[in-house]
Amino acid sequence: MAERTAVVGIGQTKYSAVRGDVSLPGLLREATFRALDDAQMTLADIDAIVIGKAPDFFEGIMVPEYSLVEALGAVGKPVFRVHTAGSVSGSTAIVATGLIESGVHERVLTIGWEMQSCSEAMWALSVTMPFQQQLVAGAGGYFAPYIRQYIARSGAPDDTGVLVALKDRQNALKNPYAHLHEHDISYESVKESLMLWDPIRYSETCPSSDGAIAMVLTNEVGGDAAAAEGRAPAWVHGTSFRSEPAMAAGRDQVSPQAGRDCAADVFRQAGITNPREQVDVVEMYVPFSWYEPMWLENLGFAEEGTGWQLTHDGVTAMDGDLPVNCSGGVLSTNPIGASGMIRFGEAALQVRGMAGEHQIDGARTAVGHAYGGAAQFYAMWVVGAGKP
Amino acid sequence: MRDVAIIATAQTKHVRAATALNEVEMIQPVIQDVIERSGVDRHGFDFTCSGSSDYLAGQPFSFVMTLDAVAAWPPISESHVEMDGAWALYEAWVKIQTGHADTALVYSYGKSSPGDLPRVLSRMLDPYYEAPLWLTSIDVGALQARAMIDAGLTSEAAMADIAHRSRTAAGVNNPHAQLTSSAEPSALLAEEYLADPLRRHDCAPVTDGGVAVVLAAGDRARELCDRPAWIRGIDHRADGHHLNFRDLTTSPSTTLAASRAGVADRPVEIAELHACFTHQEPILRTALGLGDDVEVNPSGGPLAANPMMAAGLLRLVEVADRIHTGEVSRGVAHATGGHALQHNLVAVLEGEG
Amino acid sequence: MSEPAPIDLPPGLWSQPAVDTSAVAELADVEAVQMVRNPARLDYDYTPGIATTRFLRAIKEKRLVGERCGETGKVYIPPRGVSPVSGLPTTEQVELGLDGTMVSYCVVNLDFTGNAQEIPYVSALILVDGSDIPIYGLVREIPYQDVRVGLRLKSVWVEPEEMTTSLENIRWWAPNGEADLPASELTDHV
Repeated sequence: MAERTAVVGIGQTKYSAVRGDVSLPGLLREATFRALDDAQMTLADIDAIVIGKAPDFFEGIMVPEYSLVEALGAVGKPVFRVHTAGSVSGSTAIVATGLIESGVHERVLTIGWEMQSCSEAMWALSVTMPFQQQLVAGAGGYFAPYIRQYIARSGAPDDTGVLVALKDRQNALKNPYAHLHEHDISYESVKESLMLWDPIRYSETCPSSDGAIAMVLTNEVGGDAAAAEGRAPAWVHGTSFRSEPAMAAGRDQVSPQAGRDCAADVFRQAGITNPREQVDVVEMYVPFSWYEPMWLENLGFAEEGTGWQLTHDGVTAMDGDLPVNCSGGVLSTNPIGASGMIRFGEAALQVRGMAGEHQIDGARTAVGHAYGGAAQFYAMWVVGAGKP
Repeated sequence: MRDVAIIATAQTKHVRAATALNEVEMIQPVIQDVIERSGVDRHGFDFTCSGSSDYLAGQPFSFVMTLDAVAAWPPISESHVEMDGAWALYEAWVKIQTGHADTALVYSYGKSSPGDLPRVLSRMLDPYYEAPLWLTSIDVGALQARAMIDAGLTSEAAMADIAHRSRTAAGVNNPHAQLTSSAEPSALLAEEYLADPLRRHDCAPVTDGGVAVVLAAGDRARELCDRPAWIRGIDHRADGHHLNFRDLTTSPSTTLAASRAGVADRPVEIAELHACFTHQEPILRTALGLGDDVEVNPSGGPLAANPMMAAGLLRLVEVADRIHTGEVSRGVAHATGGHALQHNLVAVLEGEG
Repeated sequence: MSEPAPIDLPPGLWSQPAVDTSAVAELADVEAVQMVRNPARLDYDYTPGIATTRFLRAIKEKRLVGERCGETGKVYIPPRGVSPVSGLPTTEQVELGLDGTMVSYCVVNLDFTGNAQEIPYVSALILVDGSDIPIYGLVREIPYQDVRVGLRLKSVWVEPEEMTTSLENIRWWAPNGEADLPASELTDHV
């Protein structure tokens, strides 16, 4: 019943701490026009625009989409704003996909963005609200205790996180758009960086970035047309989102049920019964290094307690057999509102053969994953080089 | 396209300030009520979607707390929009169209009382040119009203009549409304201006409140509801943002959405319009092509109760409720977002047959 | 490694990073504006709601009171008036102890408290006796290296005359001298 969805254009901005060279509309247009160029379309070809970003308090503008309508050629078009915390631009891509699957629109532009240099992101992430518990340890301090629990449960070696950070930031050197290009990074430099929230070190923590990513989605006719012109689309094989409450008694915050359910649902849709074997490349939302082994288990790529082995054995390196975060991941680039869609977009680039220096040869099935909130919101998609 | 209907609704008694309750406590009874009315098990919805605003609540990630009210355990398929609940309903409608869901729970709410609402809304302006001017929502409304009067499309007297008619109707028809009576138009016109040419009566009140709706597809809707309110057409469009780049006396996006939604396909009996200022009613009437025989805002509309982020969804609810009772067989609901009717959603609801 | 190639944009309405002011003599020495700073201030009156009000009034009296979910029997603190599992109101009040058990923690090396905290400090999740969901707290009066899951703690409060309707009445948590709780008794939380 559902219409097939093709990703025919992907555009990213150069991510950096401060994009002082562009205004907000300029930032979004940079990504948008790269995506349109890729899709060989103009703004006039777009039927609808779906935008996602983090809370409006980040940039201090209420519903910024409204003041971006002219800049995005959206006058007379439907404009939609998704907000699902950190998973937001992953959910945004899913909402956009729904517009195609349902047959409501034929060509949808979807954008995820954040201009963190315009905002006080740290403040907005942990605002002191009256009557509520104060997070006395900052954002990383929220997750660090659960990482400790993972280490205790799994017996993972202490430097597992160091290996992840090193791998992701070295991968980023092959991604011209990535924010952090740490040419001198080494195992020692990561290990010796300041310990912020034991066991998370400074070099194992995501940066704060400005940036935007845009994708053009079309229906099957559009995907076929692009393929016929030699511009291979990525085909959407499955999408899913799942949420659970922040404070339900008995929640497992090390491997949340919503993440497991989201993965199970999206793999079922995509006909994947053995993710470890059938998926070629993964883009997972890893803002703190230890989330790589934790999500490998949560998503079903590794048995409980063994995710860290994949990291240590080099399975998740670019020359391993389940490369994870070839783009450099969230550890190298993190405009919060865009990071989810960047995972989805990078997965699509891989199966289109367009990931440049960080391409995995022969990648035909890729997973994009995003999460947010108190590890409670999950969004995932599976894309393939072939049709579902 | 699949047939999708609103099969159950619930709303708060809208008040100036629900001071004793936080947002979760305010919306939970409404969600519980709509779930019970729908006959769907609380853990049985295929999709849940909500609409709310962080800036309204004065808290980033504010929607997260209301997840407690929807029994999201085991985990649910859920999403949220930073827009009026009418757009959360739209997302749920699309989800059902994809075939990934047959039922959906949609809710939205707003407590405007914590902040100074018109001032909060000044943050919803272009950050480079307009936000630094701190134009409140009333200032922008006044600019549009002035344009309407100067163009001969309305008058202060006509606006006072709309205010009087709306709040009087609320008193008769709407047990949930906040404002349920009105002084005579001549008395209204004797009041001071709030922002010339707008007076207090021309503006929607500041309200705390919420609403919830259950959607179902096809035969499921018929099983659950005697007279489903079918969504025969639904579309939304945006106009440009900058106030000096467009004609504030027209609403092209509303006209376009109305055409896509098929408003003119058959006669319209009632229309619930999300007009937060009296002068916006004639703009919308014209944009939707409504004849003089169409009853507008029998519920009183936003002039009688204006819970931000819910007032648009309430328009769909008010039409749906009247279809459920058999009072109406075809109605139009309109929702808006942004300043001066920038973003507009139009839905056509019909009873069976 | 080179920057991504800028795409060739047609002239006109497209955003362009560099501003060419050579045609306007008066702008010869003027730097392009790269940032506009607009201070904004909005005041909000927040409402705790009924459940939180009950909780905070009790905490002013040095009492910790949770609420029980009717469906699962789990006790929530701080109570939210609604059970996140059932979506139904939680009205049964449950008096809790003032001691608790550490279920997880981390050692923090930067001061995020804004209170001139001595670093490193321990931020922990503590399961208050009688409740089913842990709350955040600082842990002091023990070297950070000795902190461990299962550690039994007592809440340390401000002086009676300083008590307000706030979680900040609890200054921190400290060992209470009891034997550690074994992990088997904390399985829902570790």
